[in-house]
Amino acid sequence: MSSSVQRTIRLPGDQIVLDKNMSIEGAGVGTSLYRLNENTYVVTTVSLQDVEENEKKKIRIIPLKGRYMPKEGDIVIGIVYDVTLSSWLIDIKSPYLAVLNASDYIGKPFNPATDNIRKYLDIGDVVIAKVAQFDRTRQPLLTVQDKGLGKVISGSLVEIEPSKIGRVIGKKRSMISMLMEQTKCDFVVGVNGRVLLRCPDAELEYIAILALKKIEAEAHTAGLTERIKEFIINEKVKRGLIKYES
Amino acid sequence: MSSTPETPIIPKIKMNAILNVLAKGNHIDKRPLLSYRQIDVVKNVSPNADSSVLVKLGYTQVLAGVKLEVGQPFPDNPEEGVLIVNAEYIPAASPTFEPGPPDENAIELARVIDRSIREPRAVALDKLALIPGRKVWVVWLDIYVLDHDGNLIDAAMIASILALANTKIPYYEVDQASGNVKIDRSKTAGLLPMNKLVATVTIYKIGDVLVVDPTAEEEALASASLAIAVSEDGNIVGMQKRGLGAFTEKELEQAIEISLNKGKELIETIRKFIT
Amino acid sequence: MKANKPQLIIEGKRVDGRTPSDLRPIKMEVGVLRNADGSAIVEIGNTKVLAAVYGPREVVPRHEEQVDRAIIRCRYRMLSFSTMGERKSPAPSRREIELSKVIREALEPAIVSSQFPRTAIDIFVEVLNAEGGTRTAGITAASLALADAGIPMLDLVAAVAVGKVDGVIVLDLNEVEDMYGEADMPVAAMPSIGKITMIQLNGVLTPEEFKKALKLALDGINRIYNLQKEALKKKYVEIEE
Repeated sequence: MSSSVQRTIRLPGDQIVLDKNMSIEGAGVGTSLYRLNENTYVVTTVSLQDVEENEKKKIRIIPLKGRYMPKEGDIVIGIVYDVTLSSWLIDIKSPYLAVLNASDYIGKPFNPATDNIRKYLDIGDVVIAKVAQFDRTRQPLLTVQDKGLGKVISGSLVEIEPSKIGRVIGKKRSMISMLMEQTKCDFVVGVNGRVLLRCPDAELEYIAILALKKIEAEAHTAGLTERIKEFIINEKVKRGLIKYES
Repeated sequence: MSSTPETPIIPKIKMNAILNVLAKGNHIDKRPLLSYRQIDVVKNVSPNADSSVLVKLGYTQVLAGVKLEVGQPFPDNPEEGVLIVNAEYIPAASPTFEPGPPDENAIELARVIDRSIREPRAVALDKLALIPGRKVWVVWLDIYVLDHDGNLIDAAMIASILALANTKIPYYEVDQASGNVKIDRSKTAGLLPMNKLVATVTIYKIGDVLVVDPTAEEEALASASLAIAVSEDGNIVGMQKRGLGAFTEKELEQAIEISLNKGKELIETIRKFIT
Repeated sequence: MKANKPQLIIEGKRVDGRTPSDLRPIKMEVGVLRNADGSAIVEIGNTKVLAAVYGPREVVPRHEEQVDRAIIRCRYRMLSFSTMGERKSPAPSRREIELSKVIREALEPAIVSSQFPRTAIDIFVEVLNAEGGTRTAGITAASLALADAGIPMLDLVAAVAVGKVDGVIVLDLNEVEDMYGEADMPVAAMPSIGKITMIQLNGVLTPEEFKKALKLALDGINRIYNLQKEALKKKYVEIEE
């Protein structure tokens, strides 16, 4: 909020011409910009553009829509889609099915002759995993060997546009902290556009889902965190969970 | 050859959540089990058709259109018009629909709709002879599923009945001697004659409960369904059981009762959209 | 058929009252379907086309995939009650098969397909009502649906037909002009980078007429392009506080 940020919607075909005093960054650099020549870029997807004017002009491009493309290190929420002898194929809402090896899941060599893979994970099971490898020539490889990763046994799964996940987390986790505080739910955010909720009761869970859908619909607008907070409080009042206090 | 369909993959935690909510008496969108989603109707979507109606049932969208042509009667019914029903699940409607000629589901949908209109004589086909025995109106009813969020038969039936009831017969002149029929589509000779309205109420068995109008996610969990067509005079005018599961006799009785009640409601809704 | 040809230009006006350089009224809406990754409806005059996009997604059958790019698949078809006069058989006609290819190749130059190797992008164009210009409306709608799906494109593709009726070069032919005119030339382009991605000619033009017609087409395309941008932006208008 230090300097003024100008926000506009850019569309496929819009051009951005850079000069020495400008830089370009944001999630869209790899996916939503096409370099036409040395200093001209074409915006390729419907995107949000923030221009920050300091001594240098900074342009941020954030795509508003698009499939999730795996990146090494991403935390994703996947659904087991198919089972082979020693690995699972996982739907991570990307154009490519991901692979999770049984040996990675159980943390030691897996022998399909003596062990049954389906007793660990079966079709329809939900897993939180990390993208271990991806180079677009082969299927992305997942791992669950880290804290907080593995099979999900309870909670509720909400799908939102992957490009809008950034807003669910917010600057310095501002949005997600507010969501957790206001709804008392636990949020696990998969950057592939899936959010896992664990809530104290059904009413709060419903409010949390409505809030996520509202963030998705209004991701491109300013002042979102405050507006979502107000929305949640109003919903809680409506349902008699709290009394209104101004 | 008809074979067991692939089971759609639904995350297990979501499956449990849906079953829990249904067991408590609500759909996942909070409506009671025996209530329909909002029904929106857009008429004359395709002005070149003699009638066209888009029905939105929640997020499900079905477009039905009618074209009238002059043709020959069926030999076993030489003094009646002809009704031909086709249906297609367009590939835009779901990631699982593939382009190509109608598959068994689309053909079943068309035939279920066809029988439920034909058997109660919903359309007065006997009033559609132009030169009895030689020339009659052929009523082509084409149904396109544009967006699939569950309960396609009920939505398709609403669209079909509304498309038929709003069909304008083009102005025509019959030369009985020569057997020529001249048509002028710029003028109309009145509405397609209807005897009665029909609605289909499909009862889905999900877990241990019977529901109507499930979303696609809920529908994927149904073990069986029973499409029951009812007419405005309170008769059961068609039935089709579908799915891998089965119904008990008691469930069947319940299903009939539900369909008679809900059918009445749907027919009232349909009536509001007739010119 | 051409025997009953009506007079198409009367005192400088066309049969529907337009001047030679007028487009028909246009409506566009983005995101009309829930299941498709992207969708749009485009209406131009009485012509109405729905386009839906799925992908990038896994290629089935597998052997069709390409290692260095996404494959684009396109199907153009007319609903059986969309045409004037008789019902159209739902079996794919030779015309529909050709137009599926023409539309795909009008869109391919815009799509940055190298970003998604070994995947497929599927485009379905459904003509709901056909009164001239369905392929060009289809391209305009499909390009909006692609943008709505978040598929990277160098530019939106906009399209319109020009033609010659009663000796006059006119923009955006309607059904009657298409049927009885002397020439019909659909054109598609990526306006901001100035590239033409489709051109067909059905009929006869002098070289001078061709130049004039192309200029008129590109002018129409620019107007359609601006409407496309408006329609896309409309989906993301600021929420009132």
